[in-house]
Amino acid sequence: MFLSRAAELQKLVQGVFRGDKRAIARTITIIENNEPEAQKIISSIYPRTGKAHIIGITGPPGAGKSTLVEKLAKELRNRKKTVGIVAVDPTSPFTGGAFLGDRVRMQDLSVDEGVYIRSMATRSHPGGLARATKDAAHILDASGKDTIIVETVGAGQSEVEVIKVAHTTVVILAPGLGDDIQAIKAGQMEIGDIFVVNKGDRENADKAVSDIRAALELDTEDKEWKPMVLKTSALTGEGIGEFIETIEKHRAYLRKGALDAHRRANAEIELIEAVKQKVTESIIQDLRQKGEWIKATERILARETDPYSAADALLKQKPKQS
Amino acid sequence: MSTKERKIRVLVAKPGLDSHDRGAKIVARALRDAGMEVIYTGLRQTPEQIAETALQEDVDVVGLSILSGAHPTLFPKIMQLLKKKGMTDVVVFAGGIIPQEDVPALKKIGIKEVFGPGTPTPVLVEYLKKSVRK
Repeated sequence: MFLSRAAELQKLVQGVFRGDKRAIARTITIIENNEPEAQKIISSIYPRTGKAHIIGITGPPGAGKSTLVEKLAKELRNRKKTVGIVAVDPTSPFTGGAFLGDRVRMQDLSVDEGVYIRSMATRSHPGGLARATKDAAHILDASGKDTIIVETVGAGQSEVEVIKVAHTTVVILAPGLGDDIQAIKAGQMEIGDIFVVNKGDRENADKAVSDIRAALELDTEDKEWKPMVLKTSALTGEGIGEFIETIEKHRAYLRKGALDAHRRANAEIELIEAVKQKVTESIIQDLRQKGEWIKATERILARETDPYSAADALLKQKPKQS
Repeated sequence: MSTKERKIRVLVAKPGLDSHDRGAKIVARALRDAGMEVIYTGLRQTPEQIAETALQEDVDVVGLSILSGAHPTLFPKIMQLLKKKGMTDVVVFAGGIIPQEDVPALKKIGIKEVFGPGTPTPVLVEYLKKSVRK
């Protein structure tokens, strides 16, 4: 028996609501591939989102993000919470391929019924996440997971997109990555609600903790939530309990009122991103159908014009959208 | 939303108690370089872990690499679990140390192809590109 496309989609969405893993997996793929049904799926599941606590984990490559995510998820499971994980690794800008290896550190979680893990390639999206990461988190949220952990690519200083997805952002660092000057720099050092110096069993871990604390104390803004700095060792398990307590503290702080502001800001960001995507796509699609597009490309190639002037000329011709 | 961004997703898995994964890593790297998204899970995976990962990651392909000789016990279990989880359209191939005389039995349980040592990686890449339904 063949189901109509719409009925099939409805079945998938119902599956997501039941927490069916095949349905979750399929819908994430549809969204990731930007298939025509993607938007319908988001529309159907969106009303059921907004319940889960989303934790963003970021930090440089090799700091121990995936290993710490495993420890965190295990501890959450001990506390009877269900967990969804989206782990992002980079796509090659040269071949479009990706090697997604975060699961190597999460082997014990793969057969836990209360955990769903999805590896995701950036597909060249900038900012440390994939374009589909946020929507994948929405799907896991709609499927009833209590906590969702989003792990970014091994991030550099300026990859900060995780704050648009997470309620609680955790920056994972390791000893020996840099001195107190590195800690004052902009970008990643500004986004952590919690900073974790992992590999706390190594020498210089305490020095790293005090460098970060000192840098954070220079903050002139009077923040309601002062970022906290912790030391963990994913290897020995030291500090994991305190890590979870601190996440809970941040969650409690958000619930006292900051969450509303956070959600409002996020809702607007989501709207801006959606408008940007739609406007850009439709304008480009329109322009491409005209002969001027190829002519403009040729003229840029021949250095007869520059890309900005060509864009101005093309957009001027375009009739205003109603 | 108009631009489709379809990619072939492959799980490269090491069932059983092998002590090294050089071959699996070579395959994973070659498929990555061919533009595929390769999920690698590391050594010593149980059939349940492999099937469950294939399900959650919604892969198009599962590659099983085995050196220990345990394929006659482990592979049927993996195939059964994949079927049970509804992953019937996934292309499963195998590699590693698998004697020629075992190949027909493996194909009978649904393993599409067996690639032995010395297979040039472009052969594998072409095979997968052809086998995965678009």
